[in-house]
Amino acid sequence: MGIDLPLIWALIIGFGLMMYVIMDGFDLGVGILFPFVPARSDRDLMVNSVAPIWDGNETWLVLGGAALLAAFPVAYSVVLTALYLPIIAMLAGLILRGVAFEFRLNAERAPRYMWDTLFAFGSYLATFSQGLILGAFINGFEVSNRTYAGGPFDWLTPFSIFTGLALLFAYALLGATWLIIKTEGPLQERMRQLARPIAITLFVAIVIVSIWTPITHHAIAERWFSFPNIILFSPVPVLVVLATLALLREVQRDSHGLPFILSLVLIFLGYSGLVISLWPNILPPSISIWDAASPPQSLGFTLVGALFIIPFILMYTAWAYSVFRGKVRAGEGYH
Amino acid sequence: MDTTAASATALDLARIQFAFTVSFHIIFPALTIGLASYLAVLEGLWLWTKEIRYRELYHFWAKVFAIAFAMGVVSGIVMAYQFGTNWSAFSTFAGPVTGPLLAYEVLTAFFLEAGFLGVMLFGWQKVGPGLHFFATLMVAAGTLISATWILASNSWMQTPAGFTVVDNQVVPSNWLQVVFNPSFPYRLAHMTVAAYLATGLFVGAGAAWHLLKGRSTPAIRTMLSMAMWLILVLTPIQIFIGDQHGLNTLEYQPAKIAALEGHWETVPGESIPLILFGWPDMAAEKTLYPVEVPYLGSLILTHKLYGEIPGLKQFAPNDRPNSTVIFWTFRIMVGLGVLMLVLGVWSLWLRWKSELYSPKPFLRFALWMGPAGLIAILAGWITTEMGRQPWVVYNVMRTAVAASNHSVLQLSISLIVFVVLYCLVFGVGFAYMLKIVARGPDEGGGPVFGSTDDPFHRPARPISAAEDDGIVPAAPRN
Repeated sequence: MGIDLPLIWALIIGFGLMMYVIMDGFDLGVGILFPFVPARSDRDLMVNSVAPIWDGNETWLVLGGAALLAAFPVAYSVVLTALYLPIIAMLAGLILRGVAFEFRLNAERAPRYMWDTLFAFGSYLATFSQGLILGAFINGFEVSNRTYAGGPFDWLTPFSIFTGLALLFAYALLGATWLIIKTEGPLQERMRQLARPIAITLFVAIVIVSIWTPITHHAIAERWFSFPNIILFSPVPVLVVLATLALLREVQRDSHGLPFILSLVLIFLGYSGLVISLWPNILPPSISIWDAASPPQSLGFTLVGALFIIPFILMYTAWAYSVFRGKVRAGEGYH
Repeated sequence: MDTTAASATALDLARIQFAFTVSFHIIFPALTIGLASYLAVLEGLWLWTKEIRYRELYHFWAKVFAIAFAMGVVSGIVMAYQFGTNWSAFSTFAGPVTGPLLAYEVLTAFFLEAGFLGVMLFGWQKVGPGLHFFATLMVAAGTLISATWILASNSWMQTPAGFTVVDNQVVPSNWLQVVFNPSFPYRLAHMTVAAYLATGLFVGAGAAWHLLKGRSTPAIRTMLSMAMWLILVLTPIQIFIGDQHGLNTLEYQPAKIAALEGHWETVPGESIPLILFGWPDMAAEKTLYPVEVPYLGSLILTHKLYGEIPGLKQFAPNDRPNSTVIFWTFRIMVGLGVLMLVLGVWSLWLRWKSELYSPKPFLRFALWMGPAGLIAILAGWITTEMGRQPWVVYNVMRTAVAASNHSVLQLSISLIVFVVLYCLVFGVGFAYMLKIVARGPDEGGGPVFGSTDDPFHRPARPISAAEDDGIVPAAPRN
């Protein structure tokens, strides 16, 4: 038995998607919080806090798509075909959000208000669509003969709508705690106020999803509640409770970095729960990473590059973040 | 296979959607490839000579670049996902080759561009000159690396090599042959030079506009001068590359050459004329109203007086690309190339007479040539993409069996979304770009390194800041 290439690729794609959720999560969250912060100067600060880095954050989504095509072409084809309309909606949201970054800087007053609105709308649309996609993914796909065999609206279920709404709160929490790091004074205070109800709602949503999925998916219930799994996986829900409690306490204190870190922990735990539920299927409920994998010639060729280059990407991304560390201030920065 | 194919209407809609989204997309990478290198040269010149005009130009074009880049990124994400949403049979079949190439593009280019872009645009007061210049260079390198991978992928679809087909899926057998497939070097050179030319024409038109308005600053004269040197040098090189690419296409995709020349009959041992103009009629199987130059067809296409070229009738009717369209798109591209040559030579002649910056007819010509490079790029891509039909992977997979099995309703919804969104978003984006170009460079040159205080009191947003201060943006003097 040589190297298990599909396994390594599943880990790389899993890592890339988590990077995406965390990083674009907080900058989409900034857009989600826009309606709660009406003042133009505050909005400028919020946008400036992510303007130098959002491009890189979004690139993890492109990596996810490209790596999925390279490593699991069947999964790429089936998922994107099955989720056609939510994917189109997500792309539309990301387009509006992305160009609004630049356009609001160049617009006169009236169109700037419009671009601010579209910046927020795009953030909501992209996030909600991603949540829909997540819910539909957990529900699984009807596949026959390596192609999608379900209907065009299979993704539309009460569960997927619920996960769509839940993800809005997850990203909003990341956005609010990110802004606690990056801002000061009244804007930071506002974020502390907003973070509490958002965190509580997110916690409730996590609990509901954790009950809803095992009830509707026998295999997922089996995975969590059979012995010894129930003991092995029990730290996940316990840590979710602890992280939420710590988060609620920290946003009221004078800490700047901790709320964001605790939000990351919370997102990471939710992500772990998802992996525990679905592993090793890349097309739930039955197609595994090994069934859907590319030929080893493709996996191996791409792996060499990925293992060599990803560390460099992480290094210069960290450097770029460190260049823009510290509080963002008015009038700072654009060319 | 035909039973699994999407219906004809659904296939047409999927093709229209791809053509529409990719045509909008390519405009922005073409400009960012050119502008990123231009910015790197400008920053290098400024650091070297300390002449303020270079810094003025850097900050000026960086604003245009930022908008073009953002639009390239968001329209590019659509492309990365469209292979799966609309062309899932193609992705399942060819993903083992095109997937790794796309993944390498993301890893080596997209991250590099995005990672250093923030420092390049926002980092003037955060890092020193050396690091900032390095960031600009990395962004420029990223745009070129990106072009390399995506052209490798496209070229592989045009002239596939280095693979076998196992269980209805491509299995790469030799990655060097996959990447360096027969048409790759020609396409890469042709597209990279095209991006530089398109940017040079765009920059030159911007300079001409200001000179026509009587705004003759050192920065604007430098802008025109640099653009004209580039056009003068690169146009002949591009014509040479195009000619070599043509020879390569004749060898690997003869049906495409026959179609773009409106050439129907194969006549062994006889030279064929060049049809300058005409109307290729697919049903009648001939080119109507031809205006011909004898011998020239053979001479250009084979570099021999009596060179033989297979006619379109030699290919089965369902293997023929649409000659009516690509005959004309090819002539649009070549015609614009000839005009670029004229512009370059004219500029050289005026330079020799030391009056490059004033003759109105020349400046108007340079202004009107502003979009010529981008139009030529679109015309060239339409020629090569329609010219390889009916194949999505040449001689391996037909376009008709590559599409996802969506309903007409779904495809209509997505197409309408894209048309409305793209026209709104990219129309406005292009308008902002032109507005910035029309404002011209800030005299004095914008921020310098290491200063936390902006010496020119033009903080974040040139236009909005001016508006808030009650200052109308400086109108160009007439």
